[in-house]
Amino acid sequence: MRERQLRAREMLRGDLEGEELERYVEQRVVMTNFEKMLGWARANSMFPLTFGLACCAIEAPIALVGSPRYDLARFGAEVLRASPRQADFIILSGRVSIKMAPIVRRLYDQMLEPKWAVSMGACSSSGGMFANYAVVQGADKFMPIDLHIPGCPPRPEAVMYGFNKLQRKITGNPDQGWRQRYSASGTEEWARGGVRSTPSPEAAQAYEKARGLIGA
Amino acid sequence: MAEGAVDTQTEVMTINIGPHHPATHGVLRLVVDLEGEVVRDLRPVIGYVHTGIEKSCEQHSYWKVIPFVERMDYVSYFFQMEAFCGAVERLVGLEIPPRARYLRTIFLELCRIHSHLVWLGTTALDLGAVSMLWYCFRDRDRVLDLFEMATGQRMHTRYFQVGGVIEDVPPGFEAKAREFVAEMPVRVKQYQALLDRNEVFLSRTKGTGIVPRERLLDLGVTGPLLRAAGEPWDLRKAFDYLAYPELDFKVPVGTVGDNYDRYRVRVAEMVESTRIVEQALDALPEGPHIADDRKYVLPPRSELSTSMESLIHHFKLVTEGYRVDPGELYYSIESPRGELGCFVLADGSSKPARVHFRDASFVNLQAFRAMSVGGYVADMIASLGMLDPILGGVDR
Amino acid sequence: MPDAPGLELIRGEIEQDHPGAVLDTSFDREQPALVVDPALVLSVLSWLRDAPGQGYGFLSSLHVADYLPSRPRFGVHYELLNRDRVERIRVKAMLEDPSAADRRLPEIDSCVGLFPTAEFQEREAYDFFGIVFRGHPDLTRILLPDDYVGWPLRRDFPVGGEPVTFTHNERRYG
Repeated sequence: MRERQLRAREMLRGDLEGEELERYVEQRVVMTNFEKMLGWARANSMFPLTFGLACCAIEAPIALVGSPRYDLARFGAEVLRASPRQADFIILSGRVSIKMAPIVRRLYDQMLEPKWAVSMGACSSSGGMFANYAVVQGADKFMPIDLHIPGCPPRPEAVMYGFNKLQRKITGNPDQGWRQRYSASGTEEWARGGVRSTPSPEAAQAYEKARGLIGA
Repeated sequence: MAEGAVDTQTEVMTINIGPHHPATHGVLRLVVDLEGEVVRDLRPVIGYVHTGIEKSCEQHSYWKVIPFVERMDYVSYFFQMEAFCGAVERLVGLEIPPRARYLRTIFLELCRIHSHLVWLGTTALDLGAVSMLWYCFRDRDRVLDLFEMATGQRMHTRYFQVGGVIEDVPPGFEAKAREFVAEMPVRVKQYQALLDRNEVFLSRTKGTGIVPRERLLDLGVTGPLLRAAGEPWDLRKAFDYLAYPELDFKVPVGTVGDNYDRYRVRVAEMVESTRIVEQALDALPEGPHIADDRKYVLPPRSELSTSMESLIHHFKLVTEGYRVDPGELYYSIESPRGELGCFVLADGSSKPARVHFRDASFVNLQAFRAMSVGGYVADMIASLGMLDPILGGVDR
Repeated sequence: MPDAPGLELIRGEIEQDHPGAVLDTSFDREQPALVVDPALVLSVLSWLRDAPGQGYGFLSSLHVADYLPSRPRFGVHYELLNRDRVERIRVKAMLEDPSAADRRLPEIDSCVGLFPTAEFQEREAYDFFGIVFRGHPDLTRILLPDDYVGWPLRRDFPVGGEPVTFTHNERRYG
């Protein structure tokens, strides 16, 4: 420990030379490309949205993100954001009823890119055991989901494993190409008009420009 | 600067709180008419997690209904199982063996502790005491460890069956449970030391959210809310079911009926529940864990390879299920939120014709307006926490 | 619970004050029930609540069951509780379904005036079965979306949902 401090001081003072300097630098510098670094940074500092629907909400986010035993904070997802504008990903924990589905979609639309959606549990992945009039049979029906975690409710370890998979997906896929195919454009709710309204020409132009910027 | 009143204009604003909101416990939407900070009117809009469980129950045999009804009020799942299984047992006239009665009581009280821990953690979080969340969930994990040890699942265990419980508790469960009940009162004391005389907590909860007792009774409120207002009404003492008549426990009752009393009542209930579990563990009788009547109860698997009749019973029960003679029954128990009632209408087939749950949170939510109107928004949030609604039960 | 003779006594006393209200009694599996005429249900409920010696002042639950295919179809159940004597009694009002003939909804008087706890529960009954409670302050849908069409918990309403796609039927669903 003391040796490292001495080394660092020598380096800063310019005392290290030649081979020693080379070795010092090699031990501390990583060569990569920008997308990979961006992916690594994004994956390890995800802000979940505080969102819970039903039973799975008690297992995660509460028992998972906010519990001492199964601690999701060690993967970087410590900060729970209540506002969708500030959150990175949404965990759909629980059954999505027909009354709640437009609201979930609106929340998802309010989140800023890059954003991910995790469907936790059987009910939001596929309707679960509730094959009836009141539950949307899978949140895929109205929004793009990046990760499905099975279980009823899934164990917190299962959600952690799923979250790790999501992180690997984010590190390895920085431009999120698949989302351009499934981003459900055309279903947006335009402000002041509500659902099924059409945008003003200026708004439509700005929207197209913004989508072009992110490469959608 | 003129003396006297400043010329201000106040208008009543209608604000929408939820359904996605950090402080609503679940997806509750409140349409609140606010004049400044004072709540003038309040309308809860519910149904955002309505799952059509009652309709699904009509499509499945009685055995399969049990996992459905568990998922209504998702922190007190054992209570829904008990309400439904108890109703069906009374419909068919099946008596459960004493060991099953005691086991059910143990798990019900453990689930009550679990529910109150979740309540305490989330409500304290709403009121700003963030560390309570961590402490309560640490203990909640220990309760879930006990559940997992006995049933294999942390939540939604499908443990109660018509006739008793599905499996006996494994060896080592009793030791672990005793460890838990020995430590739990110490933990509760720690929580009380954190909150009981905490000035911020006191100023937020003392004197807020008061509803007179008669009004609560008119509104059909039961459970800790009613007991905090001074009415010693507890279905565990009023009706004899399971092992409660043979166990000795107190029912905590408040005086004023404000949010602080509700908090104290629930915390005291946690301690009483540990006492109940301890007594039930002491008095746990030996014997079968499920009734013997093969028409309604699955035979043990070891018999399937030797007895033809068992095989036939098993086959019939698993494929079609047992039939229940036509009749209807309403059976209610004391859940952590109040009176949880189950109405089962049987029409002679193997599927119930109607399953209805009188959920405590659904009825208690009607008192929320009375609690909040005239107070501040912050008091409304405190009242909402102390009301302890679980939207799965409200919406079913 | 009032036992079977006690139930008959209650019926007799109600008959004196409100003749024709109680159509039937039943004492099934130790649960007493009075089947009443829907038009007089409020008088029976208020008698049970207010008459000296009765005191069923707590409405535990108000729920509806659909007895299709038997007629009359809808049974509105009132679970009353006497907290002093710890006794339950059930009041059932059977309603016909007029919608087959004239597309109206079955109606019954609302008991919110007697038991304010019935407010949400009557809304739920309206939401699920389409039963109109006359005199209810705000009879709107409570659990389903406001623009939902249909009364889901009626027995002839389909359960909904989607079939699970297996290999043998997956081509039909793309």
